[in-house]
Amino acid sequence: MTTVSSASPAFTGNDPQNRLFGPLPDVQGEAGYATDHPARVGFFTDTSVCIGCKACEVACKEWNTLPMDDSYGNRDTLGLSGMSYDNTGQLGANTWRHVAFIEQVRTVDLPMPTMGPPATRQDGITDAPDEAEPGDSVVTAQTSVLNAEALSEFDPQTSQSGDREIRWLMSSDVCKHCTHAGCLDVCPTGALFRTEFGTVVVQGDICNGCGYCVPSCPYGVINQRKDDGRVFKCTMCYDRLTDGLQPACASACPTQSIQFGDLDELQARADARLETLKRQGVESARLYGRDEDDGVGGNGAFFLLLDEPEVYGLPPDPIVTTRDLPAMWRSAAAAAAMMVGVALSAVLGSRRS
Amino acid sequence: MNSDCIVIEGSNMAECHPVAFQWVTEAKARGAKVIHVDPRFTRTSAIADLHVPLRAGSDIVFLGALVNHVLSNDLYFHDYVAAYTNASSLIREEYQDSEDLDGLFSGWDPDSKQYDQASWQYEYEDTPDAGVSEDDPAGAAEQERLSQEESVKDADQAHASGSGGPPLHGRAKRDETLQHPRCVFQVLKRHFARYTPEKVAEVCGVEPEAFLKVAEWITANSGRERTTAFVYSVGWTQHTVGAQYIRTASILQALLGNMGRPGGGILALRGHASIQGSTDIPTLYNLLPGYLPMPHATQHQSLDDYVADAAGTGGFWGNKRAYAVSLLKAWWGDAATPENDFCFDYVPKITGDHSSYRTVADMVEGKVAGYFLAGENPTVGHANGRMQRFGLANLEWLVVRDLQMIESASFWQTAPEIETGELVTEQIPTEVFFVPAASHVEKDGTFTQTQRMLQWRFKAIEPPGDCRSDLWFYYHLGRILRERLEDSTDPRDRPLLDLTWDYPLHGETQDPSADAVLREINGVGPDGRALSGYLDLKDDGSTTSGCWIYSGVYADEVNQAARKRPGREQGQVASEWGWSWPYNRRVLYNRASADPDGKPWSERKKYVWWDAEAGRWASTGDAVDFEATKPPDYVPPPGAKAQAALSGQDPFVMQSDGKAWLFAPKGVVDGPLPTHYEPSESPVENALYAVQGNPSTEHIQAPYNREAPSMGDVFPYSVTTYRLTEHHTAGAMSRTLPYLSELQPEFFVEVSPELAAERGLENGGWATLVSPRAAIEARVLVTERIRPIRTRGGQVVHQIGAPYHWGETGISTGDSANDLLPVVMDPNTHIQESKASTVDIRPGRRPRGPELTELLEQYRHRAGIASGRMPVGGRVAVEGT
Repeated sequence: MTTVSSASPAFTGNDPQNRLFGPLPDVQGEAGYATDHPARVGFFTDTSVCIGCKACEVACKEWNTLPMDDSYGNRDTLGLSGMSYDNTGQLGANTWRHVAFIEQVRTVDLPMPTMGPPATRQDGITDAPDEAEPGDSVVTAQTSVLNAEALSEFDPQTSQSGDREIRWLMSSDVCKHCTHAGCLDVCPTGALFRTEFGTVVVQGDICNGCGYCVPSCPYGVINQRKDDGRVFKCTMCYDRLTDGLQPACASACPTQSIQFGDLDELQARADARLETLKRQGVESARLYGRDEDDGVGGNGAFFLLLDEPEVYGLPPDPIVTTRDLPAMWRSAAAAAAMMVGVALSAVLGSRRS
Repeated sequence: MNSDCIVIEGSNMAECHPVAFQWVTEAKARGAKVIHVDPRFTRTSAIADLHVPLRAGSDIVFLGALVNHVLSNDLYFHDYVAAYTNASSLIREEYQDSEDLDGLFSGWDPDSKQYDQASWQYEYEDTPDAGVSEDDPAGAAEQERLSQEESVKDADQAHASGSGGPPLHGRAKRDETLQHPRCVFQVLKRHFARYTPEKVAEVCGVEPEAFLKVAEWITANSGRERTTAFVYSVGWTQHTVGAQYIRTASILQALLGNMGRPGGGILALRGHASIQGSTDIPTLYNLLPGYLPMPHATQHQSLDDYVADAAGTGGFWGNKRAYAVSLLKAWWGDAATPENDFCFDYVPKITGDHSSYRTVADMVEGKVAGYFLAGENPTVGHANGRMQRFGLANLEWLVVRDLQMIESASFWQTAPEIETGELVTEQIPTEVFFVPAASHVEKDGTFTQTQRMLQWRFKAIEPPGDCRSDLWFYYHLGRILRERLEDSTDPRDRPLLDLTWDYPLHGETQDPSADAVLREINGVGPDGRALSGYLDLKDDGSTTSGCWIYSGVYADEVNQAARKRPGREQGQVASEWGWSWPYNRRVLYNRASADPDGKPWSERKKYVWWDAEAGRWASTGDAVDFEATKPPDYVPPPGAKAQAALSGQDPFVMQSDGKAWLFAPKGVVDGPLPTHYEPSESPVENALYAVQGNPSTEHIQAPYNREAPSMGDVFPYSVTTYRLTEHHTAGAMSRTLPYLSELQPEFFVEVSPELAAERGLENGGWATLVSPRAAIEARVLVTERIRPIRTRGGQVVHQIGAPYHWGETGISTGDSANDLLPVVMDPNTHIQESKASTVDIRPGRRPRGPELTELLEQYRHRAGIASGRMPVGGRVAVEGT
């Protein structure tokens, strides 16, 4: 009989190579599931087609019967944040999907008009977008609404609006369901566990509210409710998955910005999408959480972003907090040994004297 | 999805129609260009390839300049324009254009503020048998005369013409070379000659470069190989020249050959579920089902009068009598006989303008006893909420059917006018009946969406408590009224007692069968079997149909609207998902997708073509919008009627002449061609004509509806109202739900950093907006997405964005943006100008109580406007009528 363990491979002895860090081709297997476990599933959130409708937030709250809260996570209070159209603020115990809105703007000199019979020009029907090359549009000034420092290279995803280039980035954030999940590794009660789908889920009836997992998440996703201190986060609709349904947010997304499926398929799709965007000249497009060699061994929920991760409020280089655990233990052991040694030598030395 | 370029103008499609927007996303993924023309940078702009910010209320200049660009650079689709439009038709010599009369057309009567449209008409062939004959020339002429009477005009001729434009009685003279100075093509050229990129810069505030880029994209993506689609919604309709905005786009699309072809057309997005259905089977006062006009008391004494205008005209409206008789048979069954004119006398007649806002003005005056509100929250959702509340407060009774307790039902308790002392709860005579309604998942029925598609939905759960469907409510109301009148001998009760009112009832709650109603709408033939479509309808009383355009939805005794075969199992057209009127046709006028000889314009845009061997039209899967076996070379014989009077090369089969009208010789009450007029309240002078605003605009002069003078400095800013994705219209379905309320928790207005600096407004702080109608307070969102517009002579126009969802009850509450708006209306549609009016904005919260009315009075005084003080109880008469 296989033992399914909530603990990281580090503690099961199943993977001596990448126990706490690095790529892990079979997370469920490492957690002790038999080889016939279902494929690892995930979210691919393509922010380049997100229209900021927040249907994902609503579908999530409705399916998971989460209470309303304000942008600071206070339950049952309302208030305008004044931060673009984002009145949710952040992920939290009551908010498992959060759509970020980032307004960026800069003034440009318009390129010289192309006068004369325009029918001779073909740009309107070519695939290559015909916004001015970055070199053509002289940047005269740079202003910003919210992220002055975050303005990276503007690209054709940017809509020119009169004499300005404006970009309104929208992105639906969610728990990343890390390959190496810090929250899961530190959970002392086994409330957090790795599911047969490779996702990470909290069991509300086991959680004792100790809160260890909160600082261990490199993304700041998991959080406590203020009443009894228990933690909550996205389950990737575990209850729906076991019934063969898609997670609520992915079902509600009208533009397929949130795609759910087998992780390897999603990764292939994301790679193709990135290539298409790059070909169209969207230089700033990038995948986030796709790389298995990153600090968390890659994410179950990963993203296509149009700017630096910090712009979206995502850490640029997340590292699972348990990565250094062995080293820490080694140091601790060394320190202990040294202390023992010092004590011993003191004792022995005193005897000699 | 098949478009190569999509121009979204007058619509915030991604925010207000996110589900439909998936197809734009899909088209974009296939390489289509997406252009968003809008005063604000919205979530739609964020996804578009190009956002063109223009000043609210200047679209005709922008679109007119595109028309001019296409004409002067010879970029129109020559073969299409020559064959399928009225470009070659000659206009009468008496016609004078707005270019000649500095903003007016010939036929203007300054007293009635209406046009006599006689001079706009075609110059007809002299021979009476040139193709279209008159069955009853005298009758038609009499109808023509009556149609120009004022009360008939007031009652809305534009709608009275039905969906296909008004009938013509003759065949126009044509000049196929398009050179004749009076041919439509040349008239059009002259009319738009002054609409240049420079004028666009001056009036709209759009840089010529941006304008030329749009021009380039749409012309490069039109023609034989490619198609461009236009998308609009209430950003176009809610203006005093709204219908003319859409006319301008129609002209442009006809010139570019984008009508009746896959990926082309002009899409009117409907604001919520089944708004399309509520005009097809109308809730409008001047329409009967299927866009048949409502009969007028003086114009239509008999069925013959009613159908006389259509008798003998070309196009499918020539069968108006069959549609009308079948409708009367559906309503009154056996009681409707040829001898009693099929109960035509039972149909209520209109006597003038009974549109929504006129009716509310009558309510304020105390002339209306009772009012039904079904799924409508006018004190929040309609322009000038104060006027609405004063109206409701002067009724005898009010029935509100809604999912939630809304402001329009609780106004007697919660109205802001109670705080100011203008209304006193104890003195309001209105008795309010709140009747809880079932939601869409709690009842069977259809939704008709933007694409004219009916989609059946099945009841998922029983409605809670006393909530009931609308069908249940009106059926049982009718049943009880009929029972009460059972023994009546009063002839005035016959219409009610003779109605066919016998639907199968289901379940504990005795819900009538929606399926049976749909079948009744479809209609049956003499054998009692469901008809397969409106071509089967007869004018002798042997057929029935509750709405002729919906006939076919129950063909073969099958609920065609309930078909849900997935798209992946079907071809491109997916015609087995739901059912579109008419005849399950997905692209209207699709005969135009083939050239005059019946060959597709191109392989890439192949849709419908003439199969000479089979002797009939074929298609890629859609229902052909043409008589199946009428060959392209068909020439109507003398004396032909209705559809038979159209040739094999006339694709616009609902028009009398089968052509797309670049110039409307009849039917559009404020001019045969679109002309730029400034909004009724505008900070800017009309740069094109001496006439400032649309001269035909409908006004209601009363203390509760004072208008600001244009170009005044007391109300210097332009304001535009709109919706957010997070809330639904007047808020009953969103402000009452925690999940939606928290997403946009407070009423806010959007202003540019420049305006914020000018008026000392802070992001997240409070501001008070003042118009001559109301003063309201809102949180401020300062954003670069709102942009000051520089117009003629360097004048800077600041625009303020105001979402209108809030009211005083619910989880998320706030003042209502619509309270600011004046009721000034498009004369074609009686739709109010919500998208452009003027206000002042200042930091801080508004005063409370009587101080608020004082503030407004001071503002009006400063602006030189008459007093807007209302008597307690709010009962006042409209002035000057």
